[in-house]
Amino acid sequence: MNAARKEFALTVEDLTVSFDGFKAVDGVNLYVERDELRVIIGPNGAGKTTLLDLICGKTKASTGSIQFNNRELTKMAEYEVVRSGVGRKFQTPSIYENLSVYENLEVSFPRGRGVFGCLAFKRTPDVLERVNSVAEMINLQDHLQREAGALSHGQKQWLEIGMLLMQEPELLMLDEPVAGMSVKEREQTAELLNRICKGRSVIVIEHDMQFVKRIAHRVTVLHQGKVLCEGSIDKVQNDPKVIEVYLGH
Amino acid sequence: MDGSSISEMSSILAMQGFAGISLFSVLLLMALGLAIIFGQMGVINMAHGEFMAVGAYTTYLCSHLVVTYMPGFQSYYFFFAVAAAFGVAFGIGYLVELGLIRFLYKRPLDTLLATWGLSLIMQQILRSTFGAREVSPTLPEWLLGSMHLTETIEIPINGLMVMGLTVFVTLGVFLLLHRSRWGLRVRATVQNRAMSGAVGINTGQVDRVTFALGCGIAGIAGAAFTTIASTGPTSGSQYIVDTFLVVVFGGAGSLLGTVASAFAIGETQSILEFFLNGSMAKVITLLAIVGILMMRPEGLVVSKVRR
Amino acid sequence: MTFSMQKLFGGRSGWVSIALLAVVILVVFPLAFDLFRLNLIGKYLTYAFVAIGLVTLWGYGGVLSLGQGVFFGLGGYAMAMFLKLEASDPESTKIQSTPGIPDFMDWNQITALPWFWEPFHSFTFTLLAILVLPALFAYFIGAAMFKRRVGGVYFAIITQAIALILTILIIGQQGYTGGANGMTDLKTLHGWDIRTDSAKYILYFLTGSVLISVIAGLRWMLSTKFGRLLLAMRDREDRVRFSGYDVANFKIFMFCVAAIISAIGGALFTLQVGFMSPSFVGIVPSIEMVIFTAVGGRMSLVGAVYGALLVNAGKTVFSESFPELWLLLMGGLFIAVVMFFPNGLAGLYEKHAAKLKTLAQRVLTRRAPTAPPPTSATVSTLAPEKSAASASGSRSAKRKGRVLTTEGSR
Repeated sequence: MNAARKEFALTVEDLTVSFDGFKAVDGVNLYVERDELRVIIGPNGAGKTTLLDLICGKTKASTGSIQFNNRELTKMAEYEVVRSGVGRKFQTPSIYENLSVYENLEVSFPRGRGVFGCLAFKRTPDVLERVNSVAEMINLQDHLQREAGALSHGQKQWLEIGMLLMQEPELLMLDEPVAGMSVKEREQTAELLNRICKGRSVIVIEHDMQFVKRIAHRVTVLHQGKVLCEGSIDKVQNDPKVIEVYLGH
Repeated sequence: MDGSSISEMSSILAMQGFAGISLFSVLLLMALGLAIIFGQMGVINMAHGEFMAVGAYTTYLCSHLVVTYMPGFQSYYFFFAVAAAFGVAFGIGYLVELGLIRFLYKRPLDTLLATWGLSLIMQQILRSTFGAREVSPTLPEWLLGSMHLTETIEIPINGLMVMGLTVFVTLGVFLLLHRSRWGLRVRATVQNRAMSGAVGINTGQVDRVTFALGCGIAGIAGAAFTTIASTGPTSGSQYIVDTFLVVVFGGAGSLLGTVASAFAIGETQSILEFFLNGSMAKVITLLAIVGILMMRPEGLVVSKVRR
Repeated sequence: MTFSMQKLFGGRSGWVSIALLAVVILVVFPLAFDLFRLNLIGKYLTYAFVAIGLVTLWGYGGVLSLGQGVFFGLGGYAMAMFLKLEASDPESTKIQSTPGIPDFMDWNQITALPWFWEPFHSFTFTLLAILVLPALFAYFIGAAMFKRRVGGVYFAIITQAIALILTILIIGQQGYTGGANGMTDLKTLHGWDIRTDSAKYILYFLTGSVLISVIAGLRWMLSTKFGRLLLAMRDREDRVRFSGYDVANFKIFMFCVAAIISAIGGALFTLQVGFMSPSFVGIVPSIEMVIFTAVGGRMSLVGAVYGALLVNAGKTVFSESFPELWLLLMGGLFIAVVMFFPNGLAGLYEKHAAKLKTLAQRVLTRRAPTAPPPTSATVSTLAPEKSAASASGSRSAKRKGRVLTTEGSR
């Protein structure tokens, strides 16, 4: 019998963070499975970015727990969270402008992360191979020698996703990955995201409903720091509470 | 020290305590100008000491003019000299902001280096104009000497004058920043430049005046010091590090913190000076400040505003 | 091009410019200058040690330390203590009230050698002290600050405070340290007289060679992933954390390396000049060392050396003839570098060299180069590129696709 008990990859329970009395995230419960692409939506100020900040360690929670692959993330420093397999993409593209595209990707390769590891780091064939394959996934294989600062906005977003992919994360968190992209670029990004959620969990924050429809397995709606509604995109779009909060979105 | 009575000891303690308060007011006066510039604007002005020196030299000039041309005025000129010191330092500060600082706002480390260069230039100009030897203004008579509080406790009058000036300037700065319209504009500009510009505040002008004000206060500090010590071209650079430490230790965004920090540092150093020789007292005080800063980099009073 | 070739050409500075520098220091200068001037240059080269440390720490890592004089002084004083002890043997000091101890201790009525002077009788200990003490000190300070994310301006001010503390301590405790006058009258190193002409020549070459080796070592370091990481950290520290790196460790490491290098410079200084004093430890010399780096080019190891040589030469020349002008000039230099040429002379050189190179490429190949030319934005972040590297660049650019092995990008 194969009663595979659904083990959640990410378990967020009763997570709360308060800034000077204001609860940006209030008692949030979130359960994400492996191979799932969860989209989080919600009006501005709902706490979506803060939620990601909490998971990746940028902000410290006031109460609650975040478990990833059975490790408690709330106690870890950012780099430890990263090394546990969590990758975070920021709202504005956060790449190393002064390094080339190749170097941006290479720096994210999960080997040689200590001082001496870096000094001893050799550009072995497996590194090259991985950089090339990721570069192909994100459509930047022809731009490897370009300085990252010279890329277009959309390309920078892809580069950042590529950098995360290099880390071989098991949980990928993307904050508004298609902001500022053209329609074609959004389609390409949707394809990319659908491909990469195999074998890992992906959380995406987005506002573009068309885009969300193309990628989401499940949707969670946040409002004022609390989870308002959760389910498939259709269920969520037809929920009266959500409609009220969004008002014709 | 056998044979000394309790009253003698307490007199010494009182005078040492007074010396501590005196040092506190000196540090505070120096730090106020910098607290405005660094604390409010985030600008590092390594030439702050030189603006103090400018104030001191202006006072000296005033004294010189008065003695030469208006000897009858001698007892009264001092407060005019202080005002003049403020004005000259303010004016120079205004020009410096216009010509140098405003290009470097997003680059604090570069501002540090550039203002250090400025301090070298100012030092040299002062040296060429006034000579390398130290000078002192002729102080009016009522500033000299000391007041006898009791038979054994003597308080030097110039120390009192400095303290009085400090109180006056501190209150003035506080009122200006927190109770005046102009102060409101400064705080608005600092917290959200784009928005302030959008509501019609001339942010460039606000920056200029704020910086100039900080320099002007340094000028007042310089004028005050002429009553305590003589002035040379390098007088300013002797205290720049202490001044920065006072501001940083107090918590860069907070005036209250600056006051608290100056008090703590002044008293600590004076008390230590009583037990150890001068240089060790200074070393230990500095070590304590650095040590505490390493553990608590925000300083004593944390400003609630997230910059 | 294979990977090892890439490593060899590693980094923008190129080994060629290092070789050139070696020739200039070890061949040209000794031939061109008399011993007196050569000795001066040797002195400037010791300052260059601090400057190259700052290139890695500040230029690449973005951490500005205004207290490198502390480490220079630690190394210098350690060497001075050894030499002073040697010069204070009971025979030469028999006129003192207490023979066998340094003269300044005698003048301060100290009657026995303090305990912390004793180990400096041993040369091995002294060498260790020069290398290890500054590193420990830097580690302690660095860990306290970088782990707490104290950076930027605050860090700079605290390093100034530390320089001030050390200066006051040295001057105040003149019985133990020689005070404001420092330790003078240093004569022999293990019996070898360091004041003779031949000794000065030897010390000059020693300084020059050590400097070149250290530069080569740093060049190697910067050509590895470590160097790229420093750049990444300088520009986007937060992101580096999210790539899985503990940023503090890197800063601490760099700070310690810069400290050790500065200390070596200090020790060589003491040997060449024959004394050590607190005037090389405090705030003013520390900031001056920053200006050497800034003028030469904070992203260029070789540039920093030239910067140190140039500024010091200027100082000597001007202080003699136009002392009033010198401070004005130096102040102006600070401002000019910050406002107009932040990458120093090396930056200026590259900007124009890159243009010339593209021009030359156009002329030689009679068409525009197919690979993206090293844009000034890319190249100007680092030091001048050499023609060898870029020529191979245009060759391999013709290969489609895997443009990985082009010019000195790594």
